[in-house]
Amino acid sequence: MSQAIGEALREEMRRQPELTLLGQDIGSYGGTFGVYRGLFDEFGSERVRDGPLCESATVGFGIGLAIRGVRCVVEIEFIDFATLALDQIVNQAAKIHYFYGGQLTVPLVVRTPIVSRIGMGPQHAQSLEAWFMHIPGLKVAIPSNGYDAKGLLKTALRDNNPVVFIENVSLYNSKAEVPEEEYFIPFGASRKLREGSDVTLVAISGTVPDALAAASLLAGEGISVEVVDPRTLAPLDTAGIADSLRKTHRMVITHDAYRTCGVAAEIAQRMMESAFDYLDAPITRVTGLDVPIPSGPLHRSVVPDRDKIASAIRSLVN
Amino acid sequence: MTPASPTVANVDVQLALSLYQQMVLIRRFEESAIELFAKGMITGSTHPCIGQEAIPVGVCSALEPSDFILATYRGHGAALAKGSDPARLMAELLTRSTGCCRGRGGSMHVCDAQKGVLGTNAIVAGHIPMAGGAALASKLRGTREVTVCFFGDGAACEGETFETLNMAALWKLPLLFVCENNGYAISVTVSQSQSTPDIADRARGFEIPSWIVDGNDPLAVRDAALQALTHMRSGGGPAFLECKTVRWERHSAFSSGKYANPEEAQRWKTVDPIPRLAAALRDAGIGDAELEARTTAAASGVVEAVRFALDSPQPAAESVFDGIFAEGD
Repeated sequence: MSQAIGEALREEMRRQPELTLLGQDIGSYGGTFGVYRGLFDEFGSERVRDGPLCESATVGFGIGLAIRGVRCVVEIEFIDFATLALDQIVNQAAKIHYFYGGQLTVPLVVRTPIVSRIGMGPQHAQSLEAWFMHIPGLKVAIPSNGYDAKGLLKTALRDNNPVVFIENVSLYNSKAEVPEEEYFIPFGASRKLREGSDVTLVAISGTVPDALAAASLLAGEGISVEVVDPRTLAPLDTAGIADSLRKTHRMVITHDAYRTCGVAAEIAQRMMESAFDYLDAPITRVTGLDVPIPSGPLHRSVVPDRDKIASAIRSLVN
Repeated sequence: MTPASPTVANVDVQLALSLYQQMVLIRRFEESAIELFAKGMITGSTHPCIGQEAIPVGVCSALEPSDFILATYRGHGAALAKGSDPARLMAELLTRSTGCCRGRGGSMHVCDAQKGVLGTNAIVAGHIPMAGGAALASKLRGTREVTVCFFGDGAACEGETFETLNMAALWKLPLLFVCENNGYAISVTVSQSQSTPDIADRARGFEIPSWIVDGNDPLAVRDAALQALTHMRSGGGPAFLECKTVRWERHSAFSSGKYANPEEAQRWKTVDPIPRLAAALRDAGIGDAELEARTTAAASGVVEAVRFALDSPQPAAESVFDGIFAEGD
């Protein structure tokens, strides 16, 4: 997946001569997770711009470029560090087009990885996507594979609005077929990763491989699971997810993020509002636990895994 | 210490008259805003720049139309000095649909992109890194324009200010920091908030050239701005002006309390930039009739602006979702 993201950046930097990348360790170093490999050599230090370690001003500079018409991608190395840039993302980028009456636009992508599954400890492990979904004026993409990541990032890089683009590091080495020809994936279109008839399993970001594994496991037990990846949270494909629910009549939602006020809560409520009569059972959540995420092996007990997801589905179906 | 009076000996008298008229316009504009707030016509609050008019007027008189400014919620004067239409600005204060931001921004968030006003901002220091990015755009494009960032003594303490000073110096950006040091951050005085006597000291730490000027003398402000701009337009990187001024009014029309003792408030009147410049103009041979004509022209412009605003409708309730996102690419 990391290579697909790099390809999307490369293609758009070739097409858009002003497109500029800002961040730390993105230059000759190639990015903390190697996403930028080769970009510095091709586009140079002006456009692949390493700068001082100050998340807030880095995002602010990206907004300043964007309002002048210079499209910009800012990387925040871990989503946990977005806390340091929240004013710029939440109070500035999200609102500028609206409160200035449309005079300024903010073609800005904030790329930021989630590192929820390698045990780096409580300040490098959170899944904070719900914070951004909560803010009107932001678009939020959260792909689970290389194909979607490339197509969504290409779309983000043609959008004139701020996009928070969230990538789970555990997926960076995942393999996917990525076509040679150019393609775009629209925001607000979920993807059915597996057809099924007994239960809809909505899986987000790093939980998708476990969700697919759980579906395979349960298929052997005679339970047919439909796996749906929303791919973007803002806009959210409420109608598409509800369509699946109307078919299966049951829903489990899984994500690494904390349970309280997580994306699952919002999706569940939207299903109640749009497809309540089709529900045969309460919607179930399999989420990260409401604890600071510990370092070391203990972190594995905090995030969902195949067996936790499968167990929740069995309880729901039986 | 009362600073030396301005003198127009070295500048074009017509230019000085124009600065005078702009300061009167801003003063009347802000006085009208306070009146309209008191009548319930402005929601939330409004933050007047009364007493501080010399700073935006002096700085903007040194700019070219293609230059950009970003300012604070106390930024009506900056927008007017950069050329914004008072009528559309007043309509914005009253959140009318004819306002420069279609009535979405109100008093604290005004913008006039065509005039290079890239917005006033209600988060203290939130606009400072954006100003850095706007300046970086000029650097990347190799174009001549500069960006000016107005901010107060309160913002001077925010981390984003230091971050932007560092980045602007590091990348030699055409960014002019203009600190409007009015002595107060709501009620906290500079003696309670600043570790050094002069805020311009921060610039020295980043090897950014700085000027400390009498912020109640538009000619002194203009002169320092011109020096700073010469430095910036020759590729020298950022510059910093600290303009010492006073805040006459409360923090905002909504705020309570008094922040100055009566003697201090009396002293402020002695540094009022408008009569000071009027006196200098008289010394340069301008008669009272000309000054009166300028005052009348400025005041009638504000009366027209208020009438335009009051005659304009509030945005329709059903338009509330319009414009959250920009269309197209």
